[in-house]
Amino acid sequence: MSAPAPPVLEAWRVSKRFGSEYAVRGVSLTVDAGTAVCILGPSGSGKTTFIRCLNHLEEPDEGYVFVDGEPLGYRRTGDVFAQVRRRELPRQRRRIGMVFQQFNLFDHMTALENVMEAPVKVLRRPRSEVRASAGALLERVGLADRADHYPRELSGGQQQRVAIARALAMEPRLLLCDEPTSALDPEMVHEVLQVLASLVAEGMTMVTVTHEVGFAREVAQRFVFMEGGEVVEEGDARDLTTSGVSEERTRSFLAKVL
Amino acid sequence: MTTTTTDRSRAEKRPAGAGPSGGAAAGLERTERRLRRNTGVKLVGVLAALLLAFVVQGIARNSALEWRVVGSYLFSGPILDGVLRTLLITVTSIAIAVVLGVLLANMRLSRNRVLQAVNAVYVWFFRSIPLLVLLIIAYNFSLLYAHLSLGLPFGPSFVTFTTAHVVTALTAAIITFGLQQAAYTSEVVRAAIMSVSRGQVEAAETLGVTYWGAMRRIVLPQAARIALPPVANETINLCKSTSLVAFISVPDLLYSVQEVYAANFKVLPLLVVATIWYMAIVSVMSAAQWWLERSMRRTRRTTRIALAPEVVE
Repeated sequence: MSAPAPPVLEAWRVSKRFGSEYAVRGVSLTVDAGTAVCILGPSGSGKTTFIRCLNHLEEPDEGYVFVDGEPLGYRRTGDVFAQVRRRELPRQRRRIGMVFQQFNLFDHMTALENVMEAPVKVLRRPRSEVRASAGALLERVGLADRADHYPRELSGGQQQRVAIARALAMEPRLLLCDEPTSALDPEMVHEVLQVLASLVAEGMTMVTVTHEVGFAREVAQRFVFMEGGEVVEEGDARDLTTSGVSEERTRSFLAKVL
Repeated sequence: MTTTTTDRSRAEKRPAGAGPSGGAAAGLERTERRLRRNTGVKLVGVLAALLLAFVVQGIARNSALEWRVVGSYLFSGPILDGVLRTLLITVTSIAIAVVLGVLLANMRLSRNRVLQAVNAVYVWFFRSIPLLVLLIIAYNFSLLYAHLSLGLPFGPSFVTFTTAHVVTALTAAIITFGLQQAAYTSEVVRAAIMSVSRGQVEAAETLGVTYWGAMRRIVLPQAARIALPPVANETINLCKSTSLVAFISVPDLLYSVQEVYAANFKVLPLLVVATIWYMAIVSVMSAAQWWLERSMRRTRRTTRIALAPEVVE
């Protein structure tokens, strides 16, 4: 009898302080393989800080993040979590892809170069091989004909799709999306959400901070509602309606955004 | 409040659908637009051109400049050697300054307080001392330390040199210019690094890139574009400052010219020779800066744009 595989992501009582102020207080989250979770909440509720804790862009002051059962930034021996050397972190982060609100494409590289950078320089895979797979990734997000364009020559929606392809190039176990459509013009939101929905359909494990309740309801399996740095309610994403949720604070938030 | 109400009521009285022909727009089809003729600007331009022509002919026809002497020395052996030495000092010093400047900038930006302090002291020290004073100190370095040795601090030394043999006037000059320039360049590099958005580094970090990997592949290439104009400025400035080495008898361009006019007393023509060479070097540097800036501009070639017409969704 073998133990069941650990969840892809497990956050245990994660807290983050800025000064004496708690931005995130004791948030736990478990995400099994192939599950998409959406984090909702009003601005300032700590959801962005929390998702940034999940790959240690913000180092949690308390609590731990486990990816495939391995603690991020620490080595566990019995009851002791010993912080690992700073240069161990990049190796662990390879398994966690991230998509940012502001895309953060490398401005001095073309779309194709953006996607190729990490597999070539971090994984040291041969350039010719990477070129082929990067091209296929751009095709998958519908941008094969924009491979030679620099970020400033692309629309916001196109930039975000390149950013998704760039994250996928590392073949991550988990994809974190921090408000992936918040910086986009309304007509571009759809193309980005469509790409994300197709990833979920293909079984990608995903955590997304979003304001798109419709997307959360249709694409994600679970939702987490945060306020004041804490989880208010957690549940099935299909229940994301004013009558479906059970907490009053979730209901009043949904009433405002729906 | 009263005014607003009056305005609104007046606007409502306007006949609906009158469009552009009503009010101030009535009869505009018949009008003609007269732009100002900038006669003043043209007049100033003509005057400036005349003044320039007057100055140029005044220089060209001044017999004291002895243009024939200028021509005969412009490409003579000692002068060309001097030009090469000036270039050597400039290029080596700026190379040292840029490498050291990048390191110093990273020290300043590091979270380590000691490294920050080392950078602060370095920048303070080298910006405080006049270049000429520093140059003479470096030239007399052997008075400060007669021997230089490679070894462990407070421990055994492996090789020992006599300072005067290692630190020649030329190396003293290169080290001085390199170290002082690094203090200035580090501030330029620091500003350029800070101007690259934090998101660029974060994106690299989430892809598993290390700090120095992100610095080398992501931050510095973008910072270089921003740092290029000020660094080019400093290179040009440094090139002319190298003429100070004449004080410690390094045979650069100015020193070579002085040697010649000390012998033949053709002071002005030879200073013109030096001037022409400095101007030529700076012109080449400016051209190089223009070319570098153009090649760092990140857009596709125009032919590609024609092949893939822009479709913005």
